[in-house]
Amino acid sequence: MNSNKPTEQKTLDVQGIVKRATELNDFGHLLEHVPYAKFIGMKVERFGDELIFKLPAKDDNIGNPILPAIHGGVIAGFMEMSAIVQLMVFMQTAKVPKVVDFSIDYLRAGLHKDSFAECRITRQGRRVANVNINCWQTNRKQLIATARAHFLID
Amino acid sequence: MKVNPEFFPLTQMAQRFVDQLAQCRRLGLTVLEASEHHVLIELPYSTELIGYPDTGVIHGGVITTLMDTACGSAVVSAIFQKYQSLEISPTLDLRVDYMKPAQPHKPVYGFAECYKLSSNIAFTRAIAYQDSIDDPIAHAVGSFMRISPEMVGDAFRQALMGEAVPPLGETDELK
Repeated sequence: MNSNKPTEQKTLDVQGIVKRATELNDFGHLLEHVPYAKFIGMKVERFGDELIFKLPAKDDNIGNPILPAIHGGVIAGFMEMSAIVQLMVFMQTAKVPKVVDFSIDYLRAGLHKDSFAECRITRQGRRVANVNINCWQTNRKQLIATARAHFLID
Repeated sequence: MKVNPEFFPLTQMAQRFVDQLAQCRRLGLTVLEASEHHVLIELPYSTELIGYPDTGVIHGGVITTLMDTACGSAVVSAIFQKYQSLEISPTLDLRVDYMKPAQPHKPVYGFAECYKLSSNIAFTRAIAYQDSIDDPIAHAVGSFMRISPEMVGDAFRQALMGEAVPPLGETDELK
């Protein structure tokens, strides 16, 4: 890891990127701008009006080595990033939304296989948005985690 | 940041626990202190963890992972000290409040306490900070389910006690 290399400060044209992603119908494009999304290896796909986020099984994402299971923090990070993309695409935010709080309930162990997430924007105010995120693996009805979060949007 | 494993005798055991988690090895987490009352973990900065490309600020998910790991290690340490047994407790829930962004190119410290251990549940809280714990980046509260010590395999137990040679799942080396 090259931890001390300074990154150049460039303003991210969120609306431009979202527009281009919509035109190309390739939302993976959005995630390429965020190093952390690449770090955990997440993907996104659009089905009509819906976005489905995918976290393919990855050895580096393991927490509990006995089961083995995905680290709870990685599941949370994946769900948080999903909510951010959902807000950028559907609310056309000018900037990357900033997380204010994030609360996650772990319902089942996230096993070492592909995980999926979908988000629902519960309410959007002028400054704050509330988002619900569900995460599952083999069966959409058997959630492995559910979360809710608030984001600051400008 | 001063490292004092002599003063906090569970530091090495907690580090071995953290080293068993592939994601934590990948993040380069270091346990600076661990006791029956607390755990202090350092997360180094890396450009791979950026969540806000225009500022270089790391992703909230990384802070959540740090908090989950710190709280989980605090539970392992508390149980180890109180019952002389090893349990790994899965997270039931975790809530993180983000007070301010972490400054880029500086490590983040996670300080966690297991403030109540009941027969089924362990209750924890944690603070993430950079310069001072009085100026926090984030605050977290989490509860963990206690699982019987028999669920911990021999290999894992030996690894935590510093008896096993390679960490679990390390047979095919990373990268």
